[in-house]
Amino acid sequence: MLFKYLFAKNEDIPSGSATIFFGFSSILWFIVGTGLGSFNAAKLAFPDFVTGVEMFAFGHMRQVHVLAVILGWISMAFAMTMMYMTPALGNTKLWSEKLGLWTAFLWNVGLSLGLTLLWSGFTSGREYSDLIWPIDLVVIFGVLLPLGINVWMTIAQRRTQGIYITNWFFGACIFMLITTFLVGNSPELFNLTGLTEAYLTFWFAHNVLGLWITPVAAGIAYYVLPKLTGNPLYSHRIGHLHFWSIIAFYSTPASHHLLSAPLPEWLKSFASVEGVLILIPAVAFVANILLTMKGRWSMFVENVETKFTITGVLLAIPLNMQGGFQQTRAINWYIHGTGWIVAHAHLALLGMSSFLEVAAVYFGLQQMMRRKLYSLALANVHYWFFIIGFCTYWISMTIAGLIQGAGKIYEVPYIDVVIAEHPYMIARWVGGTMVFTGNMIWLYNMYMTAREGTLVPKGRYAHELAYER
Amino acid sequence: MAFQNYRWGTAGIGGMFGLSMTITLFFPSFDFRSAESTWVGLDKAMSNGRVIGFSYEDPTVTGQGKPLTVILNKDPKTGATIDPPVRAYVYQPGTPFASPLNHPDNLGPTVKRLSIDKGKIDQANKAQGAVFTINHADVNGEEWAYAENASVTRGWTVDAALSTAGDANTKYVGRGKSIYIHEGCWWCHTLLPEHTQDWQVFGTPPYLGDFNGEMPTAFGSDRKAPDILHVASRNSSREWMMMHFFNPRLVQPNSIMPRFDYLWGRVDINGNPIDFSTWRKEYTAYRKGERPYPPEVPEYARNAEIRALIDWVLTSLK
Repeated sequence: MLFKYLFAKNEDIPSGSATIFFGFSSILWFIVGTGLGSFNAAKLAFPDFVTGVEMFAFGHMRQVHVLAVILGWISMAFAMTMMYMTPALGNTKLWSEKLGLWTAFLWNVGLSLGLTLLWSGFTSGREYSDLIWPIDLVVIFGVLLPLGINVWMTIAQRRTQGIYITNWFFGACIFMLITTFLVGNSPELFNLTGLTEAYLTFWFAHNVLGLWITPVAAGIAYYVLPKLTGNPLYSHRIGHLHFWSIIAFYSTPASHHLLSAPLPEWLKSFASVEGVLILIPAVAFVANILLTMKGRWSMFVENVETKFTITGVLLAIPLNMQGGFQQTRAINWYIHGTGWIVAHAHLALLGMSSFLEVAAVYFGLQQMMRRKLYSLALANVHYWFFIIGFCTYWISMTIAGLIQGAGKIYEVPYIDVVIAEHPYMIARWVGGTMVFTGNMIWLYNMYMTAREGTLVPKGRYAHELAYER
Repeated sequence: MAFQNYRWGTAGIGGMFGLSMTITLFFPSFDFRSAESTWVGLDKAMSNGRVIGFSYEDPTVTGQGKPLTVILNKDPKTGATIDPPVRAYVYQPGTPFASPLNHPDNLGPTVKRLSIDKGKIDQANKAQGAVFTINHADVNGEEWAYAENASVTRGWTVDAALSTAGDANTKYVGRGKSIYIHEGCWWCHTLLPEHTQDWQVFGTPPYLGDFNGEMPTAFGSDRKAPDILHVASRNSSREWMMMHFFNPRLVQPNSIMPRFDYLWGRVDINGNPIDFSTWRKEYTAYRKGERPYPPEVPEYARNAEIRALIDWVLTSLK
């Protein structure tokens, strides 16, 4: 086990230990997160499913699902990729493998504690920043800052002249995430109230998605796909267009989440206009990745990591088309607060982002453990459970959202909307449960890879080897 | 030269992110600071107390250290009739003050001046407790609401205010809002009617000054249930609320709201233990058509959490 390295000398810790610790942790949190999601969805379809117990009430579990997925699965998968991509791109070693292991350890402990407290009802009552402020401080200073120091120092110690686009994303996004956590939680730390609190809640919520979850996932794809296909990235310059337009435009549209609240009108209009500009980085990203596939499209079928990556990139198209336009007043009035937004949020987190991270975790774990994936068949089962489950969820929630929007503007009594949504709530539960099942298959596959996967010889990549099973 | 490019890159990230924070945080802060509190804002802030959500006085978010809202139809000092009745916010000794009472800047410039000059809110102190109320003043022909420290201006003491109101007119509004947050009601219900046809069913959207001093605002973003900002104006029946919270399917067979029967606690109003399992068996029989009527919902105890929650709904969500 990796715990023995927590007190070892840094030089004695094998490279890749932090990657492996983070990798398996992230898969476990993915199972926890999607399992909670499936449980919650069952409650929305069948309200008397597990009833009358405070700890299993929907209002106690919904936020645990969200934060287990964001801070457990997605962010740990990001940390995992940073632990192996950053040094590889700088042609060097990770600055401190020991710090990486401690970060992973503290992260698991802190998140378990925070989510348990949240589950019991210790909450700040603020969406996405619901963790109580002592836990926020643990996240900032115990988790994000050590992760950032490790990544920044590795970049600084690189033995290459340039900095590849992925590392630009990693370094900048950790910095912006720490700032977002500090500023976004200032209402709790300094007792800021009223509209300031409401606005900062969504300033946090927007930035944690727009400056962390989607750009880092894109940065990962910029590494994984050239590695897998052997093609160089189509254009590093277009990658920089992506990177800089994210920083310039997508750090500003926070108030498009609150178009109905009495915020200053200039702020809402500014946010809506800036929000449409997400199309610039989106087109740059998708075009760059798809053009990188030139001549290697067979890998989309044959190679499971490529399959996950390309699926994630293709899902970025509807994601950004929705994201750019649904936040304008012309469309937002219809779909605000409906299941459409839930579908969109899952398109970003479970669709685009998660598919890219799953590919990176598959790729990185094989690379760092020097073992070939145990079973291609199981990986494909994982893929199909994931994509069919996700699409079921996404489509059913989009339809439910459109029904809800129509009910809202035509003043249909609310209970009729609830009745009309019922079949889609069942579909959402089925879809979520499929994703959950696929993830358990994934964990088994990775566990067997660690134990019985074919050893990868030095200087070779796992995906270059033929499967033996 | 190449190295310098990276220094420019790093500076560029800091500069761009700093510029976006200037535009999206620093500039709006002037708008937020100039927002003048309305009656609704004063009422919410003073009945909620310092912070709803995790805090020193209330780490479990179950409503410790919250003020009491009382409806007074008699003056606690003179005994004279007050018609129409007024709301007063009773801060027992040691109860932390609401944010705008500690920091009057949060009230907006005009309301701050009125609340200090006429309302004497700066003369209240936490150790002794105080009774606050909302008064109105005319400024240049416009009516303004302001916070008033009635302990100073009218001589209302904490004990007199509570005994004049009696248990029936004492509302656990702050504690009720805490339970709203603790139980995560806001994951499905919103507190923000939108500027579309929404207002025809759910009532008017909130005004600029309706939030001064409120923490958290808990607008909610994912509406799986009706907006409840004005629910008490649509339905003010305490009995309906009781049945609906105990088991929403009693009054709305197609509702997907969870049952909140556990907020009743262990005993009913007479101190007898509540037998939940028998209740559920009888209810299941009713749903199957084996009983003509559902079982009776037990009367909640005086200090049950559900009382506070219903108090908040019926008092604050008008």
